[in-house]
Amino acid sequence: MSLQNLYQELILEHSKRPVHATLASEGAHTATAHQRNPVCGDEITLRVRVSDDSAAVAEVTWEGTGCSISQASASMLASLVNGQSRSEVGALIDGFREALRSRGSIELDEDVYEDAAALSGVSKYTARVKCAMLAWVALEDALQRAE
Amino acid sequence: MVIDSPIRPLDVAAVRAAFPILDQRVNGAPLAYLDSGATSQRPLVVLDAERDFLLRQNSAIHRGAHTLAAEATELYEDARATVAGFIGADADELAWSSGATGAANTIASAIGHASLGRGGEAAARFALAPGDQIVVTEAEHHANLIPWQELAARTGATLRHIPLLDDGRLDLDAAAAIIGERTRILAFPHVSNVLGIVNPVHELVALAREVGALTVLDACQSVPHLPTDLHALDVDLAFFSGHKMLGPHGIGGLYGRRDVLNALPPAATGGSMITVVTLTHAEYLPAPQRFEPGTQPVSQVIGLAAAVRFLDALGMDAVAAHEVQLERRMRDGLRGIGGVRLLGDTEAAPRVGLASFDVAGVHAHDVGQFLDDRGIAVRVGHHCAQPLHARFGITATTRASASVHTTTDEVDRLIEAVADVRQFFGVKS
Repeated sequence: MSLQNLYQELILEHSKRPVHATLASEGAHTATAHQRNPVCGDEITLRVRVSDDSAAVAEVTWEGTGCSISQASASMLASLVNGQSRSEVGALIDGFREALRSRGSIELDEDVYEDAAALSGVSKYTARVKCAMLAWVALEDALQRAE
Repeated sequence: MVIDSPIRPLDVAAVRAAFPILDQRVNGAPLAYLDSGATSQRPLVVLDAERDFLLRQNSAIHRGAHTLAAEATELYEDARATVAGFIGADADELAWSSGATGAANTIASAIGHASLGRGGEAAARFALAPGDQIVVTEAEHHANLIPWQELAARTGATLRHIPLLDDGRLDLDAAAAIIGERTRILAFPHVSNVLGIVNPVHELVALAREVGALTVLDACQSVPHLPTDLHALDVDLAFFSGHKMLGPHGIGGLYGRRDVLNALPPAATGGSMITVVTLTHAEYLPAPQRFEPGTQPVSQVIGLAAAVRFLDALGMDAVAAHEVQLERRMRDGLRGIGGVRLLGDTEAAPRVGLASFDVAGVHAHDVGQFLDDRGIAVRVGHHCAQPLHARFGITATTRASASVHTTTDEVDRLIEAVADVRQFFGVKS
């Protein structure tokens, strides 16, 4: 297990130039979640806007501070889920969590997870799983309250 | 007082032989354990002492008439005398605790109980009332901060803090202004667990004495690394942690000046800390038993005494000299690396062997991961000192800390690795 496997180019790219990393203003159909990793003090504020019929994710924006894994993960997540239905996004989060907790036995499918598939390697570093999960847990939380 | 006793330098190779855990490779490189500030490694004599006790004397202490119980009690109290002697205290001034956090909470709870009138007349001098002030510092480990926050909330007292100067030292002018007539408690760290700076205990104690405030010293980062004489430091209460001084987890020390400890009401109550109990009332033993309710972690106590004997045999002057020399090398090396910012990088105060730093553009977690890949173990995060990090405008740092077994080669490997961090993460211009 090499360090390059954990810190893939895509991860370093996203962490240096994160996308959707300016929090959109609050408004109709938005919900906001705040997550904090008490171990390192990393935090994220994530805002989701759902479609008028509330069936799909219309936009995810976020702001946060943290390690490259947590920043890249938030950036990758935000670009992945736009336009997807709630149930699809729920399944993506569940699948991501399962893979991250698999200690390397489950690889994320690039066709499904796009750039976020690069985070598969994190699952071998149990201390870093929380970093990668931070944004995904925030989205899960926000979606529960988005109407 | 012996003035010119030469300090015998540590034979690091011999010391390392006592720590089998160090003899391993991590991620293909020899382990460089630079995280003793979080948890120190235990020499074989500590493990052997615990095991020998469990194989020969294990039994309930302070009760029972059988031979093993008597031997166990004797070892337990011998350990108290050994550890007390090591910190410049008398045996009856040292109560065992579950650790530093446990001891700090015991002190705060006992004062809270005194504030409710418990402990009678003897304890009345500890009672806090609205308007009274508890003073801490901006450099506090959470263990010496949150118990005071809670105590203030319970009693109506106000919590104030002594700020840090930009170089990491405490602002003593501000301390003199803050510590006043309403100050009842002054709690502060002997050594900051993030900065490694040794705080001026005498000056702070003098300020507290002037106004009759109780002094509480967090000695977690001093007892393992410096010759420590609590009587000479003249504090009222102090606490330290076993697992940071080559000893076991789950054991720590609560020191109290005899008259203070005996006047404080108990924090936790139950078996083994009483004289007479009726259905409605109980009388308590004097200190230290008053603060040791219930079953005690006897083998850990025995292990801690073995750790103290190990340190004592090395000589704390030699330990301090060894670690400070490594710290200097560490700081000199790290300072020269572009983008590295050391916290509390000052020559204006004595120090212990640790350094915390920020690498511009790379989060501490990533620094730690990078170092781990080269077998170097450090602590990353806020080190249970969020207010201190906020003071310096950051959320997390990387901390490397030395111990008796740390080598100059390990320090050099750290410096070399840190020099490569920014390039790996692509932030080097």
